[in-house]
This record gives sequence, C-alpha cells and structure tokens, in this order.
Amino acid sequence: MTARTQTNLWIAQRASAAVLALCVVVHLVVIVYAMRGGLSAAEILGRTRGNFGWLAFYGVFVLAAAVHAPIGLRAIAMEWLGWRGRSLSIALHLVALALAVLGLRAVWAVFAP
Amino acid sequence: MTTLQVDVWRGAQSGRYQRFEVPREANQTVLDVVTYIQRRLDATLAYRFACRVGMCGSCAMTVNGVARWTCRTHVSKVAHGGRVEIGPLANLPVIKDLATDMREFFDKWARAKGSLAPTATRRDDFARVPPDSPARAAATAGIECIGCGVCYASCDVVAWNPDYLGPAALNRAWTLANDVRDGARVERLRAVAGDAGCHACHTHMSCTERCPKAIAPTASIAGLKRATALAALKGEL
Amino acid sequence: MKNDSRARNHPAWWAFFVHRVSGLALALFLPFHFWALGQGLRGEAALDGFLAWTEQPLVKAAEWGLVCLLAAHLAGGLRLLALELLPWRDWQKSLLAAAAGLTIVVGLALALAL
Repeated sequence: MTARTQTNLWIAQRASAAVLALCVVVHLVVIVYAMRGGLSAAEILGRTRGNFGWLAFYGVFVLAAAVHAPIGLRAIAMEWLGWRGRSLSIALHLVALALAVLGLRAVWAVFAP
Repeated sequence: MTTLQVDVWRGAQSGRYQRFEVPREANQTVLDVVTYIQRRLDATLAYRFACRVGMCGSCAMTVNGVARWTCRTHVSKVAHGGRVEIGPLANLPVIKDLATDMREFFDKWARAKGSLAPTATRRDDFARVPPDSPARAAATAGIECIGCGVCYASCDVVAWNPDYLGPAALNRAWTLANDVRDGARVERLRAVAGDAGCHACHTHMSCTERCPKAIAPTASIAGLKRATALAALKGEL
Repeated sequence: MKNDSRARNHPAWWAFFVHRVSGLALALFLPFHFWALGQGLRGEAALDGFLAWTEQPLVKAAEWGLVCLLAAHLAGGLRLLALELLPWRDWQKSLLAAAAGLTIVVGLALALAL
C-alpha cells in the first residue's frame, strides 16, 4: 500500500467522520426521544415505513459507518495486534462489506412495507 | 543529612535496577545524582551529559517512568518518599545502562527529509522572510528542537509502529515545509505521508506534554496531515 | 526499554484511550445492532419480540452504556477534527473538557429518558 493510498484512507476517515457526526447527532436525538415511554416496533416502524427521508438518512449513515469503522479497526489491528499486510487488508474489506450489507438490509427492513 | 534511594538501570535490553544510596542536597538535580553515583560509588555506570545547563539535551533519561532532561529535573520535584527511579530513554536500543543508541532517531529524521533543500546560490540575494508571515510563524513555533529524543521516547506510536518516523522528525519536516527557501516540498510531503508518517499520529500528545522546549509536535503533525491531504487531493503525492 | 502507565498518565492520552476503546466497542456492537433491526424484515411481531428482550434491566443498562460510548466517541472525534483542521491554539485542555461535558450531557439525557 502506497503512502498516497494511506493518505486517502486518512481523508476517507475524516470525511466519513464529518458525515457521521451529523448522523449521530440526529440519531442521539431520536434515541432519547424514542426511548421515552419505552420502545415498540409499532412506534419505530410508524416513523420509518415508507418514509424516503429516513431511508436516505439511514442509508447514508450505514455507508459512512461502513467506511469509517474498518479504517479505525485497521489502526488497532496494526498497532495492538501487530497485524499488517494483505491479509489485514482483505479482512477489513470483508468487514466493510459485511457492515454495508447488514446495515442496508436493516435500513430496508424498517422502510419496506 | 538525609539520603536518597536511587534505582538505576544497569545492563542493556535485559538487566535490572540497582539501588544506590546518595546523600541528599538542598539544590540537587537528577544529573547531579547520576554523576555522584558514577564518581563516588560505581565507576562502571554509563551515562551521557554535556552542557548540564539545559541547552544540549544530551542528559535525557527516564525518571520515574517519564522522559526528562535530568539536568533540569530537581530531585525535590521527583523524589517522592525519598526514592527515584532512573532508566535510559524508552523506544531506543540500550547500549549500556543509561546510554541509548540514537541512530534510528536520526535516521528517521533523514527519512522524513528533515533538511533544507536549498534553491539559491551564493550569487543570489538573501531570502527576505517576514517573521510574522503565517508560514514563518509556523516554522518558528517548531524550530527550536535540538533533537534530544524526549518526544520520541514518550510516543506510544513509536513503540507500537516500528516504522513510525516520530514527532521530532515530523516536526522538523513541518518547519521545512513552511520554509520559503526550500525546494523539495513535494518530495518531503511524500516522505512524511502514510502509515510511517504523519497519518500514524493519534494525537496522544505525549510529545507535546514532555517537550522540554515547549514545542508542540502534535501541532506540526496536524499541519502535515492537512498539507499531505491537500497534496493527495491535488494529485501531487 | 518500554514506557509504562506513568508515561501515559496525562489528559490527552486518556482522551485517545477513551476514543479508541469506544470506537472498538461500537464497531463490535454494530453488526448486532443491524441484525436486530433486520428482524423487522420478519414483521412487527418479530421486532417486538426482540424489543421485549431489551426491556431487561441489564440490557437497558448496556444500551445506556453504548449510547454513552457513542456520545464519547462523537465528542472525542469532534475534538480531533478541531485539533487537526483548525489553526492551533492552546485550548486543547478546554476542548477536552468540552468533549467530556458533551458526553455527560448526552448520558444524563438518556438516563432521564430511560
């Protein structure tokens, strides 16, 4: 991996962080609001079903997280586990893929009728 | 006359702490203590010093787990319970006792392109650099580094990532990146980008916390992060 | 020679540690979170079934903990973005206090809502 690629990873990490900052603020507000009086499927799905706004929001949220988390895990793997090289790169790509797939599935699950 | 219990590292990578009893003085630095041990108690103790007045950085050691200049560390500030622990700087191979092999520290300085690439000749006029221009102010903030190694010894990323160039080398690269006389800007940014360079800094700020010259390598490294990101986006890297 | 905890005992290092550990915990939690929401695919009853399980006190406590970790990671991340992108000033300690404060506010807000 070249220094240029590593620099791009850093840029992607900070850019996704900025996107996530906005998403997380909204998410935290929704959590605190929704948890008052307890959670119920009806209440959650009542908000998200058929709502393109939430679909777009959570879709962006998931993709930003799928970029941000693996890059963060990369630093931990390299520094605390001494894991480097191709195998780490492949593993992290898989993590990103898994997060994106599972996440978008969840977004669809609460949007679709 | 009270005495100080001093545990001093003896050996190289493997070794042990040896205890000495040193008379306590009213005005006494840790370097005074080490000197007393070597001259009066055990002549085989190896250590480095030069100016002993806080200018050269040669006497940097680990005192009670923290990297410091021993000539500028008063015993009264560190000898809690009448005991002091003195070891060599961390993150560097130990030659003997308190003396470390600093070659890698300076090799990384060179790998970070930490020297000026001149563009002028003796036939050109002096460069005119306004001291309060933003670039020169940024360079000035980091220029006083004397290469003592305290920041390098304090940095956990240096310990966790053997290739990491380290705070001092990166700080110097930043001062040069802000030097209008320099002609190697892009090569230097390439040298300091990536896993071995500025992007490995996780802002622990141990370097800034410990620098005896009150330099903030974290600030310099942040500057390099911005500069390398811009260069990458412009396709220069 | 290696550094021990004595070299690391200063605020900015703790900020790093909280940021890294919270990030790791969130990354490990995320797949589970997505799976749980994916239960909605199986219909409202399946999702309600899962939500009933989360009513247990221990789970509620864990949820509160996770939200605190999220708030801490967000606050720490904003602090990092400020340190890296804004012109350097000597307000790092204040930034750190602000980040810690933000985390506490969110934690309290959620505790009240629970």
